Amino acid sequence: MSTLRTEEMTLNMGPQHPSTHGVLRFIVRADGEVMREAIPDVGYLHRSIEKIAEKVGYHGFMPYTDRVDYVCAMFTNQGWGMASEKLGKIEVPRRGEYCRVIAAEFNRLASHLLSVGTMAMDIGAITPFTHALREREMINDLIEELCGARLTFNYMRIGGVAFDLPPGWREKALAYLDHLEPILSEYDMLISFNKIYIERLANVGVITAQEAIDYNLVGPNLRACGIKWDIRKDIPYSVYPDFEFDVPIGNGEWGQLGDSMDRYMVRVHEMRESVKILRQALKQIPAGPVLAKVPRNFKPPAGECQVRVESARGDMGWYAVSDGTGYPWRVHVRTGSFAAMGIVQKLSRGLMIADLVTLIASLDVIAPEIDR
Amino acid sequence: MEALDIYNRAKQSFGDKILEIVDKKPDPWMVVEPSALVEVCESLKNDAGFAFDCLSNESGVDYKDRIEVVYHLFSYQHRHQAVLKVKLPREGATVPTLEKVWASANWMEREIYDLLGVNFEGHSDLRRLLMPEDWIGHPLRKDFVEPLEYHGISTVRESAVIRLK
Repeated sequence: MSTLRTEEMTLNMGPQHPSTHGVLRFIVRADGEVMREAIPDVGYLHRSIEKIAEKVGYHGFMPYTDRVDYVCAMFTNQGWGMASEKLGKIEVPRRGEYCRVIAAEFNRLASHLLSVGTMAMDIGAITPFTHALREREMINDLIEELCGARLTFNYMRIGGVAFDLPPGWREKALAYLDHLEPILSEYDMLISFNKIYIERLANVGVITAQEAIDYNLVGPNLRACGIKWDIRKDIPYSVYPDFEFDVPIGNGEWGQLGDSMDRYMVRVHEMRESVKILRQALKQIPAGPVLAKVPRNFKPPAGECQVRVESARGDMGWYAVSDGTGYPWRVHVRTGSFAAMGIVQKLSRGLMIADLVTLIASLDVIAPEIDR
Repeated sequence: MEALDIYNRAKQSFGDKILEIVDKKPDPWMVVEPSALVEVCESLKNDAGFAFDCLSNESGVDYKDRIEVVYHLFSYQHRHQAVLKVKLPREGATVPTLEKVWASANWMEREIYDLLGVNFEGHSDLRRLLMPEDWIGHPLRKDFVEPLEYHGISTVRESAVIRLK
């Protein structure tokens, strides 16, 4: 009996593809529906943000950091703020730190809602996306009231935050949290425990703990492999030691440990933890100033530092070199999506083409964060 | 372990291969001889006392007279970190790849090659990562001059402020 002759196909996916979360391209080598390899081609959103930093000075760079990751811009703000403060030895007032944590955790909620919503949409369930976005809109409204912007916030400054909480905002924020918590359970019933959804995610794109560390995966992607590691807890910064919260990790409940379902569930659980942090922060917030006195012509002494922030996409490392002038000599940001994208080529081998979409969505890759 | 203890212990075991330990605030660092980089990193990874299982960041800095490649190592087991540097001449900057020690180096080295023009010897896939394949020059070098156009597309934009006048 003669065997059927098969041939390898080379397919192009992207750069404009609805499931690539930004402008991102893959060259897929496939045999029928099974991929031999998917080779990522990034750089379509490269705006040389690191070079811009060298030209605009410390304060001037803050609005540009928003564009590093526009889905969770509070963390990029905070990372840059912390790096400059470490270089210039500036102490942020406690109320300022609380404002930062509150804004950042709301942003984490918004980012995770978008992530789990688009993940469902990528897999073919449109309705959960609209529900998640509806909740995210309300967070955007809250943040808009706080700083005037809905996406690229530019809320933080070197030495604190730009604005204090507006009158009545605390009550609104608490009311929103009361509204959100039951919705998260509703969301679980709607999509998380849906049989089709679980079957699409479980056992797809399994990452072992060893691989995750070797490829420097961070944040929810790392935790989904069963590693209990969160910068907020393990290398504490800001006022996070004041709060009680858990670090959810993957447990292989629905398939193998470290599969796409684990990554999804870690994000869902993390939203509940963010709600916990927010309730404590809104309750404990002390009185006082929100911004330290920082000279307008900010010139930190020569030296270099790295700071790490737990963003919605994990440990974001800001490396800054100062030469003693008003302009940073070099700024480098190593982001969670960059690390996650590096492992895609390896994981894609032997995967179905349709599962590539699942894989990218589950790694929560944001293209501007890869390209900067 | 504190960063300086790590460097002093490394100096004891590697001697001349550690060129310099710089105790500068906020983050101190040590400078490694480029040809001994892989050997030093492998033992930093495999020695149980250091156990640097993760290369958390790799970046390059152009200092006009030299190029430095900076490695931020991290150990999940001991929760300590170290900063390693290699100093390279600007012309023909070459350093061995760490891809075989930590897989995450692959993409970070491609980025440094792309933006700073450092050649990583032994790298399996040294292509430009962010810039177009046919781009000339390395944008993060301090003497880089942006070309006025790319494939007939102007890179200069008329200022909107001038137009309003």
